Amino acid sequence: MELFKILQIWQAALPVLLVGLKITVQLTVIAVLFGSIIGLFVALAKLSNYKLLRYPAIIYIEFFRGSPLLVQLFLFYFGLPQLLGHPVDRFMAAAFVLSLNCGAYIAEIFRAGIQSIERGQMEAARSLGMTHAQAMRHVILPQAFKRVIPPLGNEFIIMLKDTSLVSVIGLADMARTGQLIIANTYRALEIWFLVAIIYIIMTVMISEFFVNRMERRLKAGDRS
Amino acid sequence: MIVAKNIHKSFDQLKVLQGIDLQVKEQEVVVVIGPSGSGKSTFLRCLNLLEEPSDGEITIDGMNVTAKNADINKIRQNVGMVFQRFNLFPHKTAIENITMAPMKVRKLSEQEAQKVARDLLAKVGLQDKENAYPDQLSGGQQQRVAIARALAMKPKVMLFDEPTSALDPEMVGEVLSVMKDLARDGMTMVVVTHEMGFAREVGDRVLFMDEGRVIEEGTPEQIFGNPQNERTRAFLNKIL
Ligand SMILES: Nc1ncnc2c1ncn2[C@@H]1O[C@H](COP(=O)(O)OP(=O)(O)OP(=O)(O)O)[C@@H](O)[C@H]1O
Ligand SMILES: [Mg+2]
Repeated sequence: MELFKILQIWQAALPVLLVGLKITVQLTVIAVLFGSIIGLFVALAKLSNYKLLRYPAIIYIEFFRGSPLLVQLFLFYFGLPQLLGHPVDRFMAAAFVLSLNCGAYIAEIFRAGIQSIERGQMEAARSLGMTHAQAMRHVILPQAFKRVIPPLGNEFIIMLKDTSLVSVIGLADMARTGQLIIANTYRALEIWFLVAIIYIIMTVMISEFFVNRMERRLKAGDRS
Repeated sequence: MIVAKNIHKSFDQLKVLQGIDLQVKEQEVVVVIGPSGSGKSTFLRCLNLLEEPSDGEITIDGMNVTAKNADINKIRQNVGMVFQRFNLFPHKTAIENITMAPMKVRKLSEQEAQKVARDLLAKVGLQDKENAYPDQLSGGQQQRVAIARALAMKPKVMLFDEPTSALDPEMVGEVLSVMKDLARDGMTMVVVTHEMGFAREVGDRVLFMDEGRVIEEGTPEQIFGNPQNERTRAFLNKIL
């Protein structure tokens, strides 16, 4: 029976795919975590009055948003060793590039979130004698975080899918693993379908557990 | 308490303030009136440096506000401000709105700050609303919390920028009554408002501003009863 055969193929492929999935998940978690931290500080730098902070932030964002992730991976994996004089670890290079790439997008998300908070909030905080940093930390950012959860979740999903590009520098993430299995089994339809389903399960998990739950929990606190 | 000399403010080419002088004595209540766009808000915001004057000198409680090395945050602790749109922090409850600055800026403990906040909430008649979020409060209640929030820093001067003009008519009274109590307790106040009843009752002086200048100045009786300047008369005719 056809269905039975598909299940057999899947059963054989799944353990191997899960090894690749581990790489995919690791890279996604690293990129999203460091990307968020980088993004927050770069957003604040871009909104700063100091040119010395603002211009580097703008250049960083434009570089990583303006060039293809593929090119960035090549540049850091194949180009950087030329500068350093020794090869770089594939996983490190991928984690580094994905974090920086993610950070650039998240910086723009945070910047927009911060700017969406009414000017009166900052003015009220400053008029009470709070410093700019205190006002940011206690008044502006908590409100901005809440507003950026949906676009942030969206960015995390994009990141998860974009990790599949690391196969170009020879990392065996889930997509690359699928490709290798197909090279041995010639079962392109069944395997790619399974790979797609696993990606979808994960993206749905991100949007359900992260976005919906976070949104609900934060909304419970206040209703604005 | 407040001395402002020859305050100018321009936004690019637009001259919004063209030489404002103001002296406010301790415990005095000065009411500022004038048509829309005359620069009332801008002037008030210059007093706590939310806007930086292009020219002129401001001293508040002996501290030079406009000096290059002025400690803005220190000065602002002495100058409370109440905004037309309340500007409460929506992610904080009423009491958290009030305790935030005393804790972060004056470094009070949470207990001390809460005690101050509860006293102030009682003073503005909202002791039972301490755990309400701003969007659970009416406009009038929000503005009273905003007044309490400013008072929690124990300012020497309070600035009010049209504190009742965003309110439904039935809520104007409750906010004005809090402000009247404050004036009677001896707070030094500069109030931009078109509430003539308030101005007559607690105002020591009324300033009429137009096109970035103080056109006429006097007691509420003089300004409302017998305005000398033609523009003042025209303006009062329109709003009364
Ligand atoms: N940040 C700014 N940038 C440019 N122009 C401004 C700015 N703030 C105020 N203005 C302009 O300055 C003028 C005076 O504004 P201001 O808000 O001080 O008037 P107002 O007397 O308070 O008026 P209203 O009664 O409408 O509140 C207006 O023409 C306004 O457009
Ligand atoms: Mg105004």
